[in-house]
Amino acid sequence: MFQFLTRKLAYGLAILVGINLLTFVLFFKVNTPDDMARMQLGGKRVTPDAIEKWKAERGYDRPSFFNPQEEGLAQLTNTIFLDSSLRMFAFDFGRADSGRDIASEIVRRAGPSIALALPTFVVGLGISVVLALGLAFFRGTYLDFWGTVLCVVFMSISSLFFIVMGQFLFSRVLQLIPVSGFAPGLDAWRFLVLPVAVGILARLGSEIRFNRTLFMEEIGKDYVRTARSKGLSEARVLFSHVLRNALIPILSASVAVIPLLFMGSLITESFFAIPGLGSYLIEAIAGQDFAIVRAMVFVGSFLYIIGLILTDISYTLADPRIRLQ
Amino acid sequence: MQPVFLLTDLFVFAILLFVIWYVWHVRSDRNLRANWRLAMCRPVAMVSSMLLGFFLLVGLADSIHFREALPAAAGQAKQFSSEANSVLDKLLHPIASAAERSYSEPLAALGFKKETFEKDGVTVRDYPRLRFGGKHLTDPAQDLAADVAAKSWFALGLGALIVLGTLLTACLLASVLTQQPMGVVFSKFKSGHTEWPWRSMAITFTVMVLAMTWVVMLSGYYHVFGTDRTGNSVLVFALKSVRTALVIGGLTTLVVLPLALFFGVTAGYLRGWVDEAIQYLYTLLASIPDVLLIAASVLLLQVFIDKNQGVFETALERADARLFFLCLILGITSFTGLCRLVRGETLKLRELEYIQSAQAFGVSTPRVLWRHIVPNLMHLVLINTVMQFSGFVLAEAVLSYVGVGVDPKTASFGVMINTARSELAVTPLVWWTLATAFVFMFLIVLSANLLADAIRDAFDPRTRLRSSNSPANPSAATDKEVAA
Repeated sequence: MFQFLTRKLAYGLAILVGINLLTFVLFFKVNTPDDMARMQLGGKRVTPDAIEKWKAERGYDRPSFFNPQEEGLAQLTNTIFLDSSLRMFAFDFGRADSGRDIASEIVRRAGPSIALALPTFVVGLGISVVLALGLAFFRGTYLDFWGTVLCVVFMSISSLFFIVMGQFLFSRVLQLIPVSGFAPGLDAWRFLVLPVAVGILARLGSEIRFNRTLFMEEIGKDYVRTARSKGLSEARVLFSHVLRNALIPILSASVAVIPLLFMGSLITESFFAIPGLGSYLIEAIAGQDFAIVRAMVFVGSFLYIIGLILTDISYTLADPRIRLQ
Repeated sequence: MQPVFLLTDLFVFAILLFVIWYVWHVRSDRNLRANWRLAMCRPVAMVSSMLLGFFLLVGLADSIHFREALPAAAGQAKQFSSEANSVLDKLLHPIASAAERSYSEPLAALGFKKETFEKDGVTVRDYPRLRFGGKHLTDPAQDLAADVAAKSWFALGLGALIVLGTLLTACLLASVLTQQPMGVVFSKFKSGHTEWPWRSMAITFTVMVLAMTWVVMLSGYYHVFGTDRTGNSVLVFALKSVRTALVIGGLTTLVVLPLALFFGVTAGYLRGWVDEAIQYLYTLLASIPDVLLIAASVLLLQVFIDKNQGVFETALERADARLFFLCLILGITSFTGLCRLVRGETLKLRELEYIQSAQAFGVSTPRVLWRHIVPNLMHLVLINTVMQFSGFVLAEAVLSYVGVGVDPKTASFGVMINTARSELAVTPLVWWTLATAFVFMFLIVLSANLLADAIRDAFDPRTRLRSSNSPANPSAATDKEVAA
């Protein structure tokens, strides 16, 4: 177990180093800090002095990989690449263009993001499992057929329509809830109800279909036939035997997603003006703040890797036949 | 006229050539032909491919660009317009040039907002007459409904005539070709006992022709889908968006396929350090959240365009380069899933006897891959390709909304939804932009999804055995769904 974990962690670290190198090449080599400075300071009428000052403020005036002016180890460490990379691995992302510390901003904004993403995920999973099981129960009937058709129809509607129509219907016509915004504490529910509902609805079609396929595969197995021949009712077979066994792949697949919930959902957050990480990223993209985008890429990959490791562990916990190797 | 080839145009033509080659290839391959027959015999598949075919035609017409010759004085060299137009632009010119001043409702003859203007020498505040919509009416308030109804009946009648004519000709042709009497052909057609789903096709054809004649006939007098804030026809914008959606779907697939096949097959077949390296590469790419990588890349492109203003001559070329780049990045971020599948399947295939005997005969590695491995992966690739297509179309709308999608001046569904969002916040409500975008996008994505399902059912070895029943039988259809 210990050996397995260290190996996985080492692989994750290797991926993170790769990510770091990739983003460095993207943001410092394909585009030089000069370009960034020019863009930030505004167009072509920027003096070279202003660019130098901008770069010096951020430490971008140093050489990228190798600094000949320093002695010993500092030749490598006092460079843009190693300095910014080492800081990144210590979760010190520096300051955004607005002057705020990126790391503390990310921590602050993770709260609203998770308040939106977690209920969406949990409730959505519950509803889709129940409905998929329902379809599986009525398999081969018209109910199942049209249910599946309805799933395809739902899959074909862009999530943007759900958001726009939801806001229009519930906030403008019925005036039940505010259009957008956020409040800290328990008051948040009024702002979160609609985004959560929309988030669930937008993914429902594909999730029901996916889960239904899993249930169908499970129903074809031998132990189900045994259960039926024991004389158990169909409902009993489905809800106690099939459900339990099919939940293993469903939950294991979910484990990979849970860490990424912290990243928030880009579209929903910005439509509903929820101050989470998703809208942070959108603001950064709109303001062309490369430091934030790079930091978010790093955090996102970090969470993804945690998800991968958790998935491996959960598979072995759920199914003892799989050994950690 | 001077033809203009935009970057994405070239790729659209390349895809077209590829599709033609593929159809020819399918015709000569018995197994493939049987699979496609299985897929297309399902009415749903036929109906959705007819719809998709219509959109493809629209997209294709919008991909043939040219610059028109300007009327030149005698003795001068020929001058060309600085603007590149497509065949679709040319076809839509009567509607596109009939711009209003601002918003107008679908099929309206009066403006959307009250304005102050002079009428018979008196200054009044009322809804102004539109420049184009219903300008043939003397008193729009009274005549509008009757005029629209009369023109609709005329258009539908004309459409019905076209449909009847076509169907009669088709039946005649069928009776001559199959040497059966007309009555037999017709009763078979009516009851749906035909090899191909002719009845469903005829119904789809009828609906499509009626809708098209109605839109075309009424577009001569009104803006059928209304106009946007600057007074341009929403219908034109939606039709232009079709190409963007299809290019995103098609071109991204074109990027995904070679990447996934090459990396997946080499990783699975060669194993060892090559496998490790490729696995590392795609885990790396998969670990970066898609939107972030796309956002970062599009930001970089923006900087590149700002830095190299001279590379692109016109705004159209710049927008086109951005569209192309978006497809490229979207492809790079989404090839990992298919790559993983291909690798897993190759790992299984390489242990089979026929591969081992090929190796024993001393067949070179590239030849084994190309002749023996890749053809056996094709069903996987095809199924994945068609499944991903609609996802890309939906992704475009989201990315354009975030601001990292297509150029804001390019017509696309994302841009449409984005404008519709602010329009829904004002009173009186401007609903038609959203409704039009919804209808077009829904039709494209739904037909792509349905076609993808049918193809998967026919090509996936796990489901193929069950679906060999008659496709007209609804229980067979549900059986297939069960297996899926």
